[in-house]
Amino acid sequence: MILSGAEIVVETLIEQGCKTVFGYPGGQVINLYDALYTRSDRIEHILTAHEQGASHAADGYARASGEVGVVIATSGPGATNLVTGIATAYLDSIPLIAITGNVPNSLIGRDSFQEVDITGVTLPITKHNFLVKSIDKLADTIREAFVIAKSGRPGPVLIDIPKDVQIATYPYQACPVVEKKMPRKAKGDKLTKAVQMIAESKKPYIYFGGGAVSADVSEEITQLADKIDAPVGCTMMGLSAVPVNHPRYLGMEGMHGHYASSVSQDEADLIIAIGARFSDRATGNVSKYARKARIIHIDADGAELNKNVAVELGIECDVKDALQRLLALVDKKELPEWNARIQELKAEEQAQFERVTAKDRITPYALIQETAKLADADTPVVTDVGQHQMWVAQYYPFRNSRTFISSGGLGTMGFGLGAAIGAAKATGKRTVLFTGDGSFGMNLNELATVSSENIPVVIIIMNNHVLGMVRQWQTLFFQKHYSNTDLHGRKTDFMKLADAFGIKGYRIQELSELTSTLGKAFAENAPVLVECMIDQDEFVLPMLPPGGCIEDIITERSDK
Amino acid sequence: MERFIIAILVENQPGILTRVASMFNRRGFNIDSLTVSETETHEYSRITISLTGDDGICRQIIKQLKKLYNVKEVKVMDKPKSVYRELALIKLQNKPETRQEILSAVDIFRSKIVDFSPSTLCVEITGETSKIEAFIALVEPLGILEMCRTGVVAIERGCHYLNSDTSL
Repeated sequence: MILSGAEIVVETLIEQGCKTVFGYPGGQVINLYDALYTRSDRIEHILTAHEQGASHAADGYARASGEVGVVIATSGPGATNLVTGIATAYLDSIPLIAITGNVPNSLIGRDSFQEVDITGVTLPITKHNFLVKSIDKLADTIREAFVIAKSGRPGPVLIDIPKDVQIATYPYQACPVVEKKMPRKAKGDKLTKAVQMIAESKKPYIYFGGGAVSADVSEEITQLADKIDAPVGCTMMGLSAVPVNHPRYLGMEGMHGHYASSVSQDEADLIIAIGARFSDRATGNVSKYARKARIIHIDADGAELNKNVAVELGIECDVKDALQRLLALVDKKELPEWNARIQELKAEEQAQFERVTAKDRITPYALIQETAKLADADTPVVTDVGQHQMWVAQYYPFRNSRTFISSGGLGTMGFGLGAAIGAAKATGKRTVLFTGDGSFGMNLNELATVSSENIPVVIIIMNNHVLGMVRQWQTLFFQKHYSNTDLHGRKTDFMKLADAFGIKGYRIQELSELTSTLGKAFAENAPVLVECMIDQDEFVLPMLPPGGCIEDIITERSDK
Repeated sequence: MERFIIAILVENQPGILTRVASMFNRRGFNIDSLTVSETETHEYSRITISLTGDDGICRQIIKQLKKLYNVKEVKVMDKPKSVYRELALIKLQNKPETRQEILSAVDIFRSKIVDFSPSTLCVEITGETSKIEAFIALVEPLGILEMCRTGVVAIERGCHYLNSDTSL
């Protein structure tokens, strides 16, 4: 079958199982959009308001489904608008394919209209990228991009296609869906050493990150915890892989982690890290991190072993296979003293929580709990970045894996609305977006997309009229110099905003309205915006100050 | 801190040198020298990088290099089991009072004069880095006008090859 390059792109995407793409048309992808038009029976295109929104949507699609997300943009500004989205996916190891048009080969390098060297720009934020200069390599390059995006530690791949390559014709033959390449299996002697370290341990702590989500090892983690009688904590990227109500689960550790999770990690004599990369937000000061612990680090990416933290045993492997084999090899343990200590820490954490959480006004905690009651176990919960993100990470009772969707590594404000669109499209389910007035302001143009596509996203804005996370740092470390974090002057009327985009808006000002108003919002089978007023001095606690260690943990405000 | 020589076999494709160099830059690793050229097959180029660091940095560099998609092989050259060479071209002032000294140095170091003009002369010297540096130290007081060095290239002795597909 002789097809144009543009048609080959679309056919190859269909062939590789892609059902939905996100994007924005333009001069150098007009042929590609023509090919999408004729194949709209097989592949759906979601037009966003801005290419950045499309990139986050493709990312959210990938996070919610585990499939490769695909975004399309034109050359020049279209391509550069993807950069934040690609970097977000790169830092969180999300399989994403970005397809950009470029000026024809004959115009490349001449600073032509809307020409940018996007493969150069995205070099440090992609797993790999391609400039496809001739049509004979086009289909295979796209297939290769799928292999790269989903193999090993996943990540984004960009394919830049000059316009003349889209116009040229070439024979096309459909191929099967490409298989992902699995990391190598763990060596037996490494697992033997792990078994020995576990046997010698009296205070083991299992610690998982985003790698546990992508390797789909929720079951293996809880089984291992049960077998060796260990508590389980996670990084922010690991959230939702283990149900919050699991008796061994202590929650997120790190800068805004749960007290019991962070302290028990510090007291542990063995940390079994699974698909985590010891980021500075998770460890604090690395020289004072987990000083009493030996560390086993199991990861698909060998380059993560000994990168941030020196470990006694690093195992680069297929994580699922390694955990299954480890489970069969380890002896059952019983550690009553260690578990009694864990219970003690959990009680301390609960007491701290009771002391700092108000009951007589709307708190982020109350808002999150009431929302969770209306959501299902499989409802995707998306966040933006800032205080609200940490509150959701701390308090939302996640039940199913892949239901927490948030920008961890890059911390991209403005990620949420686009990602919620992608998550809703991937799952076909009503999606909850928690955002703040700061983050939401960054990409609220995507209200146009949820409205036009009637995507059922419940947008919950925690409005405190400040950039709360930076304000919290200013309160604690900058003598309350609230430099450029006060948004009271903006006068944004979110109800009118919702109305302007053709969606319903609700405002919650009093605690008494909380349950009933959320109920009304969830009764809509359509996009809906809920603005909930939050006190501007609400803190995210506990907090390990940046570069600090467990002794520096702040559990209560002392400045009030 | 130690000096490491890393040999990298990469697919012969445009932009690959940028990918390798960019990884060093992004992760804050310093390169002392870098050479790149074609190999025995058109398919691959060989990059030789010399750097100073500790074992941990070297291991991290190797792992990060192996993650680059167009990188086929990466090896830290084992010093006693490899041959290293570097070439330098050094332009010196050609003055009657120092000429003899330069000529003896050239002779002792088994280097050669490749250009000679009334006011300048140019020395080509090949060898391990330490030899080249010793020569430079010797002639520096005599007035180096210009100098360029290739950086190190290295190859293993005997039946060891960077490309794992190669055999006798």
